[in-house]
Amino acid sequence: MTKNILIASALVLALVATGCSSGKKNTQPAAPAEPVSQGTTPYGDSYGGTAQIGASPSDAAVAAERALSNNVIYFEYDSSAISADGAAVVDRYAAYLQANPASRVRLEGHADERGSREYNVGLGERRAQAVESALQAKGVNANQLALLSYGEERPAVPGHDEAAWAQNRRVQLIRQ
Amino acid sequence: MMFKKLFAALLVLAAVPAQAALEITVSGGDVAPLPIALVQFQPSPEVSLDVAQVVENDLVRSGRFKALPRSSMPQKPTSPQQVEKQGWVSAGIDNLVIGQVGKSANGYYARFFLVDTVSGQELLGQQFTVTSAAQMRTVAHQIADLIYEKLLGIPGYFNTKIAYVAASGFGPARSFQLIVSDADGEVPRIVATSREPLMSPSWSPDRSKLAYVGYERGRSAIYVHTLATGQVRRLVSEKGINGSPAWSPDGRSLALTLSFESNPDIYVVDVASGSRRRLTDHYGIDTEPSWSPDGSKLVFTSDRGGQPQIYEVATTGGDARRVSFEGRQNLRASYSPDGKALTMVNADGGRYRIGMLNLASGDLKILSDGPLDESPQFAPGGAVIIYATQGRAGGAELATVSIDGRVRTRLRQAGDVREPAWSPILR
Repeated sequence: MTKNILIASALVLALVATGCSSGKKNTQPAAPAEPVSQGTTPYGDSYGGTAQIGASPSDAAVAAERALSNNVIYFEYDSSAISADGAAVVDRYAAYLQANPASRVRLEGHADERGSREYNVGLGERRAQAVESALQAKGVNANQLALLSYGEERPAVPGHDEAAWAQNRRVQLIRQ
Repeated sequence: MMFKKLFAALLVLAAVPAQAALEITVSGGDVAPLPIALVQFQPSPEVSLDVAQVVENDLVRSGRFKALPRSSMPQKPTSPQQVEKQGWVSAGIDNLVIGQVGKSANGYYARFFLVDTVSGQELLGQQFTVTSAAQMRTVAHQIADLIYEKLLGIPGYFNTKIAYVAASGFGPARSFQLIVSDADGEVPRIVATSREPLMSPSWSPDRSKLAYVGYERGRSAIYVHTLATGQVRRLVSEKGINGSPAWSPDGRSLALTLSFESNPDIYVVDVASGSRRRLTDHYGIDTEPSWSPDGSKLVFTSDRGGQPQIYEVATTGGDARRVSFEGRQNLRASYSPDGKALTMVNADGGRYRIGMLNLASGDLKILSDGPLDESPQFAPGGAVIIYATQGRAGGAELATVSIDGRVRTRLRQAGDVREPAWSPILR
C-alpha cells in the first residue's frame, strides 16, 4: 500500500568510500615507462601521465583507479572555494575526462548540518558548480558533467562537531 | 463528518511499529494559564485509552491551560450529578471535565461534560460514537478542540496531523520515510519510503495532499501526494534544484525553488496546469518561500546580502524587502496565522535557535535553546510553534514551544526525525 516511487534511484547512488591519503603521490608519474597498450585499462587508451606508472597494463589500471579513488573535495564553512588538495582532485578528474570523452561524472554537492535544509541544498549546489567550473576551465566538456545537490541529507559521517562537519562539507565526484 | 473522511484516508497507509513518547515540560511564564481539571473518565474494559489524559495533554501543551494533578482532586465524579461544587472551587478549579467511555450496540462511545463549578452549569455536554476503539484518540482530540474553543473563544487545533521526515543509516544504507501522525505524535503512519532523501513536506489547505521533495534517477523533484488514494504526481523535475514546496492559502499554487535557469530562485507553479512564473531573480540563493495567510506576500531566505536573511516580496512580484536584521543568519521563516509575526531559525554565536519576529515592531524573541534547532512552523491558531531539535540521544526529534516560551514538549520517535509540517484545521 505504501507508495514507493522513489526507491529505484537508490541504485544509482552508491556512495564511494571517501578520502584516500595515498591518492596524492600518484599525481606525479614515477618514471618514463612503456606506453600502455590500448583497451586494457578501464578508461581506454590513456589516462594522462598517471596511467603510465608501472610496467604492465594491470599496474597502470590499478594506478589509474587509485588516482581516481580520491574523489572527494572538501570545503571550509560557508564557502565554495576549492583548496589546493581539492584542485589536485580536479586535475586528475580533468585529465581522465578529457582522455575519455564518452565518460561522465556526477558532481554531488553536500553541506554540513548547520543552517536550514533547503538553504543547504543551495550551498551544496554552489559547491558542485565551483567544481564544475574548475573542471571546465581545465577543458572538460560540459556535457560530461551532471550536478546534484544533496544539501545536508547525506552526511558522510555522523556527529555534531567540527570534525564531522569538515568531512560532510564536500563534493563527491561519481563516475557514471 | 470531517474526521471520518480523514480517518478513511489514513487507513490506506502502513502503520509504523515504533511508539511515540510525549514529554511535557512546563516552566514559569508571564501569562497566567487557565486552571482546569480533567477527571479520568469512567473506565470500561472495552476502551483502554485514557481519554481524559489525551485531552489534558492537548490542552496543557498549548500553554493556555494548567491542569490539576489527579492526586490533588477532591473527588472523581463521572457524571454532572456527582459533582460536589465546593470541593472544586476550594481547589481553585472553575472548569471541570468529566465523562464516560464504553461499548454500545453499534460501536464505542465517549460522553463528556464541561462543568462550571461555580454556577454548576454544564458548559458543554456531548456524546461521540465510533465504530472502532482505535478511533477514541480522534474523539479525545475533538473533545480537546471543543473545550479549547468554549473557554478561549478561538478554534482548537488538536484534531490535526503532523507530517515529518525520519532518516536512518549512513551511506548506501541510508533510508528516508515521510510519516503522518496525530498532532501529539501518536499513531504514526508511513506515507512514502525512499533510499534517497525526502524533504520539505507541505500540506494543501484542505489537507488532502502533501507536496514534498524527493530524488529519483539523479534528479530531485517536487511530488504531490494525495493521501486518500496514495496517488503520487511528479509536478516539477528540472535540472538542478527542485525544492521548498509551499502551498498557497487558496490551494491553487505552490511556491518553490528552482535553479535550472541559473541559480536558486523562487517560482510560483499553478498546481492544476503546471504553468509557472518566476518571482525572484537574483544571483544569491533564494529559497524556502512561505505564504502570508492572505496570500498577498511571501517570505523567503536569501543570501543576497552576504549571509542568509529573511526577505518579503509581494506575490505579484517586485522588489524584495529585508525583514530580519538581528543575528548573523536568519533562515526558513513562515508567518503566524494572523500574519503579524514570523517564526524562523536564528543563528548567532554558533547556535541555531527558534525565533519569533514581530513584523510591526521588529522585536525578535528567542524561544528555544539550540544548538541545532530548525524547521519552525506555527501550529494552527498560533499558540505554539513546532520545530526539530537535536535530542539528548543524538538523533533529531520534534519539539513544541508555546509562544510565551512557557510550555515545551518533546515528541520522541524512532530514527532521526525532522521537518515537521502541521496540517491545517478543517473547517
